Amino acid sequence: MKPNFRIVRSPAPGWFSALIPLLAIVVTFMITSVFIIIAGANPFEAYYYFLISPLTSKVGILEVLVKSTPLLLTGAAVTIAFASGYWNIGAEGQLYAGAVAAAWLGTALIGVPQPVAVLIMLIGGFIAGMLWALVPAILKVKLAVDEVVTTLLMNYVALFFVSALLNGPWRDPVSNWPQSPTILANTMMPKLLPPARLHFGFIIGILAVATVWFILSRTGLGLRMRSVGMGQEAARFMGVKVGRTMFITALISGGIAGLAGVTEVAGIHFHLIDAISPGYGYSGIIAATLGNLNPIGAGAASLFLGLISTGSQAVSRSLGVPSFLGDVVQSTLLLVTLAMFLLRNYTLRRVE
Amino acid sequence: MDAVQMVGITKQFGPLTANNKVDFELKKGEVHALLGENGAGKTTLMRILYGLYKPDFGEIRVNGKPVQINSPKDAIDNGIGMVSQHFTLVLPLTVAENVVLGFNPGMTLDPKQVNKTVEEAAKKFGIDVHPTALVRHLSVGERQRVEILKALYRNISVLILDEPTAVLVPQEVDMLFATLNRLRESGLSVIFISHKLYEVMTISDRITVLRDGKCIGTVNKKDTNERALARMMVGRDTFGVQRDSEPCSGKPLLKVQNISAMDKKGLLALKDVSLEVCEGEILGVAGVSGNGQAELASVLSGTLKPESGKVMLGDLEITHLDPASISKAGVGRIPEDRHAGVVGEMTVAENLALERLDDFLKNGMLDRKKIKDHAEAMIKEYQIKATPSIQTRKLSGGNMQKVILARALFTQPHMIIASQPTRGLDIGATEYVRHKLIEQRERGAAVLLISEDLEEVRSLSDRIAVIYEGRIVGILPCSDATEELLGLLMSGAREMANEA
Repeated sequence: MKPNFRIVRSPAPGWFSALIPLLAIVVTFMITSVFIIIAGANPFEAYYYFLISPLTSKVGILEVLVKSTPLLLTGAAVTIAFASGYWNIGAEGQLYAGAVAAAWLGTALIGVPQPVAVLIMLIGGFIAGMLWALVPAILKVKLAVDEVVTTLLMNYVALFFVSALLNGPWRDPVSNWPQSPTILANTMMPKLLPPARLHFGFIIGILAVATVWFILSRTGLGLRMRSVGMGQEAARFMGVKVGRTMFITALISGGIAGLAGVTEVAGIHFHLIDAISPGYGYSGIIAATLGNLNPIGAGAASLFLGLISTGSQAVSRSLGVPSFLGDVVQSTLLLVTLAMFLLRNYTLRRVE
Repeated sequence: MDAVQMVGITKQFGPLTANNKVDFELKKGEVHALLGENGAGKTTLMRILYGLYKPDFGEIRVNGKPVQINSPKDAIDNGIGMVSQHFTLVLPLTVAENVVLGFNPGMTLDPKQVNKTVEEAAKKFGIDVHPTALVRHLSVGERQRVEILKALYRNISVLILDEPTAVLVPQEVDMLFATLNRLRESGLSVIFISHKLYEVMTISDRITVLRDGKCIGTVNKKDTNERALARMMVGRDTFGVQRDSEPCSGKPLLKVQNISAMDKKGLLALKDVSLEVCEGEILGVAGVSGNGQAELASVLSGTLKPESGKVMLGDLEITHLDPASISKAGVGRIPEDRHAGVVGEMTVAENLALERLDDFLKNGMLDRKKIKDHAEAMIKEYQIKATPSIQTRKLSGGNMQKVILARALFTQPHMIIASQPTRGLDIGATEYVRHKLIEQRERGAAVLLISEDLEEVRSLSDRIAVIYEGRIVGILPCSDATEELLGLLMSGAREMANEA
């Protein structure tokens, strides 16, 4: 008799969960190959440039770390929010708020020694991100307004606000371009390995991931956050103050996202521009999801996304394909991983 | 020849064997009870017969002929109908429309004709329903009759009823049994799934007992008794919970005064409710599901703010306290829905610590050793089959309930609010929970037991309050609370109850 297979609802074994990232990459490769072939390149060669070539040189590796710095921060910000059941889609706007604070402090902290100045920049960016997260958080807790909508809309407010600043009061008086004046040297993130671009912000990113991990898994606040994220009704029954916990979560998340704005202004661009973020806030959502809302996983995913982002430039340079293939790969990877998280709940079983 | 024969039915769900080589025979014109604890495999076996599951092994014969039943449609074609615990009626449609839904030949529907045929069918089977009534206006008992008529209308000869009495008040149970007796006389075969012994002994001709997925045996009612059936069901003698029934002599601890509260839909669910629970007393709250019990428990647990009224715990007013403060004030709470009482994705240890988290923190940091030690102690004391680090959702219902029990009781609360504490548990776990509640009473705690299980309320309570449509319609000492009287009160028949 012909063997017959049936899909049954039962969780996949643990080893499969561990294999998900690898499998997701393989499936993503197969899907995106189609686009790479349409773009006129050899998929294997393209993937060599995507995933391998950045890691073959010191310069490449450092560049991967540079690219992953803002993602470590937005990834950590989104992870702590999502793990606590607060769907903060606004990391992008909070990043811009942090960037505005950094651009302002960066011209105001005249004569402050660099360690102090950098610290003030970081604190300022954190507060700015918190403030940008404040309105949706209040609306959520007091009036139960869906934070997915409000945090998302606040992103556009932030973008237009920055645009207004750059085309108005902050327009560079020297070049007359829509960019803020260059920040003072003492407010810049120190370079870790000069002359490479890698800067102190990377350390901040790693620290943010570690801190989020510590909060979530080792503190009372973190346990309360997770209980709200995983079972709000039960958490409330057990006496957790759900609204207050969400409020604190929203502010921490916004603050961490604000730090990403600081590191980009003070570590890479040295002034505020319209395009300070090519969607790092949204990529943070991808990183958090790929990491299955585990901070360490999100950190690893951020590094991986940094690799793809660096690799996509290498692909485009070497094979002449559009560099936004990197975005295509990122997005496909997200969808495939999400699908696999779903499939994890099913098992294929043989029946006679 | 048997109406239905199931031979060697085996069904596995993952590692769990729900049915293990089960044989089952149904004679024509008999009411055959399928008896067993929760999880014994009764419903699985009947879902196989009704085509909802496919057996891994085994054969089904209808009127002696082997048949393949792959879907409920196949089952109906073979004359088998089923009424499940959760009704599948379309609420805004009329009774007649529901009955013919999916069984109406052709594309058009003539309402007059439909009403007439359904009325004739109702008359023929002796089922008392009004074809033109909207289903959403009907009581649970009436809806069940519609479900039965719906099955009969499809010309079936075998009717499966899955725990039909679970949702009914005693008077409705009597009506159901009267209906079943009429159907039996007209030659229909009925399979009656239940875990209630006295019902089985009342209505059935023969009884098949399942335990752990295996068929323990089939007996004639006249050759057996409740005790023998209980032994077959659990594999050992069960002993009812014993307790002394002295009247309460303690002072009132919980005083609920004129509480009114809204439900989630914004309708008044509690209307001017007042009651007192004394120290060393169990006050049972009996009532049919959905008469305000859930809201009463929520108000007392701090998860629902009442519109008016006052709740006093001794001299402390707890009306507007949040759940954490109520818990700290010495109230142990067992929630109605245990899945809303623990966070399934979190570990047993985390769930045991969360309610009193401040006691398990060192400078805001989790004291992981203390949390783990506490969990180990609770697991031992309450005989929970679990480890501290296992995800709580992986536990069985009984063990999950023990986690909640441990969390509610380890602080030695003065007051315990237990809402449906044994719902869905098997006999072993049920007995355990009931013993624990009695233990609290002996210790001098006041216990408010909200339950839809009349047997439970009657066997545990010192006094019984009956709730009907959000009002307390009577509070009586347990000794006066006969099942008939409670049933009358629970169904809102206040005058009749007063006469009785």
